[in-house]
Amino acid sequence: MSQATAMPVKSSGLDGMLIGLICILGAFWSLMAAARGVDPQMVAHGWLMLGGFIIGLVLVVNAYSANGRVEETGLYHDNVIKAGAIATMFWAVVGLLVGVVIALQLAWPNIFYFEQFGFLNFGRLRPLHTSAVIFAFGGNALIATSFYVVQRTSRARLAGGLWPWFVFWGYQFFIVIAASGYVMGVTQAQEYAEPEWYADIWLTLVWVAYLMVFLGTLWKRKEPHIYVANWFYLAFIVTIAVLHLVNNLSIPVDPFGSFSYRVFSGVQNALTQWWYGHNAVGFFLTAGFLGIMYYFIPKRVERPVYSYRLSIVHFWTLIFIYIWAGPHHLHYTALPEWAQTLGMTFSVMLWMPSWGGMINGLMTLSGAWDKLRTDPVVRMMVVSVAFYGMSTFEGPLMSIRAVNALSHYTDWTIGHVHSGALGWVGMISFGAIYCMGPWLWKKKGMWSRALIEWHFWLATLGILLYIAAMWPSGITQGLMWRAYNDLGFLEYSFIETVEAMHPYYIIRAGGGLLFLAGAILMAFNMYKTITGDVSETEDEVTPQPRAIPAE
Amino acid sequence: MYEALAGFAQTWGLLFFFAVFIGVLVYALWPKNREKFDAAARMPLNDDAPPSEDGKKDESNV
Repeated sequence: MSQATAMPVKSSGLDGMLIGLICILGAFWSLMAAARGVDPQMVAHGWLMLGGFIIGLVLVVNAYSANGRVEETGLYHDNVIKAGAIATMFWAVVGLLVGVVIALQLAWPNIFYFEQFGFLNFGRLRPLHTSAVIFAFGGNALIATSFYVVQRTSRARLAGGLWPWFVFWGYQFFIVIAASGYVMGVTQAQEYAEPEWYADIWLTLVWVAYLMVFLGTLWKRKEPHIYVANWFYLAFIVTIAVLHLVNNLSIPVDPFGSFSYRVFSGVQNALTQWWYGHNAVGFFLTAGFLGIMYYFIPKRVERPVYSYRLSIVHFWTLIFIYIWAGPHHLHYTALPEWAQTLGMTFSVMLWMPSWGGMINGLMTLSGAWDKLRTDPVVRMMVVSVAFYGMSTFEGPLMSIRAVNALSHYTDWTIGHVHSGALGWVGMISFGAIYCMGPWLWKKKGMWSRALIEWHFWLATLGILLYIAAMWPSGITQGLMWRAYNDLGFLEYSFIETVEAMHPYYIIRAGGGLLFLAGAILMAFNMYKTITGDVSETEDEVTPQPRAIPAE
Repeated sequence: MYEALAGFAQTWGLLFFFAVFIGVLVYALWPKNREKFDAAARMPLNDDAPPSEDGKKDESNV
């Protein structure tokens, strides 16, 4: 690429000045927190954030130096997506590794237990695992693919100059603050909303910038129609912003302290938390990844979307119904029964849009079913959509109050979550990265198709072991907890139910290990694709780029 | 207060959702939109690097 054909840079410089100002203000607050923090965790985070903001400032200055400006050329802004793809791979391996560690801890409680290292306890590592896989792995996959898809389907360059880079690095910064907080014991104790108030404020800033970049790109679009994948991405970004703000309303005890009190308490807090928690599933782990499905499956199999009309009905029904489903997490609690019933009813109604979407994804392969045999990436994405169908069938089932009486608080829930998270979210993300890798780095294909095959089978086998262990484990647990003897006493003590889980927990850890092994193979394959010579690869399916015939 | 809210949700809320659903169906199935949606279904397939603003094909994506 020569400089002559490159697009002129149309930046006013305001983007860099604002980001620089944010870094300076952030560094000032961090220094105060480091100096005057009321608890040791705040002091540690003060130093950490000070370092982060100084690096941010250096990056902004560098972007404005002669070196930094070269990458601001080309029609699409792809460098930030490349960084996103690498970050996705990195966090996938980290998050899955922590998952395997805590699975082993549940199977053998003494493993990795050191009295002097409290940060290695299950209670500290569990939120590290969930946040690392959902927000770090899943979130980076969503940000990277949304930037990729919105540019291609709008035929417009990413808006906002340096702001996409702010979104990328700001998000990594949030992950590091949140994760380091968990191991130090900094937590709001709200599932999936553990980060404390200062991390929440930072994420709000990053998320608003993300929304503005996305909307700005849509605003500049050269296509009159906004493609359905962008609708799903937009619903994900907007809804997560609302959920994040409402469920993190809290009052810090001290402006330089890591502890805060939540505004809601009791059953109001529980309802707010599960309105947030279930819509994190609905809009983060579903709507966003449906955006991936609606772009990458048609693109990879070179077939149009099976029914675009169905995708419109899919979108509007999914977002209107999902938002009400949260109360099914609170069956048999202090929440009024009508609210529980409402949550259950809307969850059952979700069957329809979910399966409509699944059918739309699968049927997009019509005319290209042979690719299922020849292309492991297509197979990966199809298995992913199949798991989407399975877990969106299982979810409404489990939300029915009578079923929930057996399944709630048991490993059945864990199995359900992982059939969605490993099967649907994990596999569609891997598929999207396998597609984007060669497209972004302009290679003929991935370095090794055999490694993709290995990844596919290791991951699939891993998921099957995982969920096949958690179903019987959960049902055993549920039945043992509710068993009474002839005299009306509980049949089993709690520790007996724990003992009964032991073999299942070993199988689960094995399944997780296989899934992790697949992700490590993928990271290696990506590394070789980016750095190595792939001119001899057998993975020559890359449909992009292709010349457009003149009209 | 509770009775009023529940009553509102069970009548107007139901009607509102039903109207929205009908609206979505009408929009999706409206015959005049067929062509637009058929074209939209192919959007991922046609989105290779478009010509840059000076009319030349962008080299960075080839």
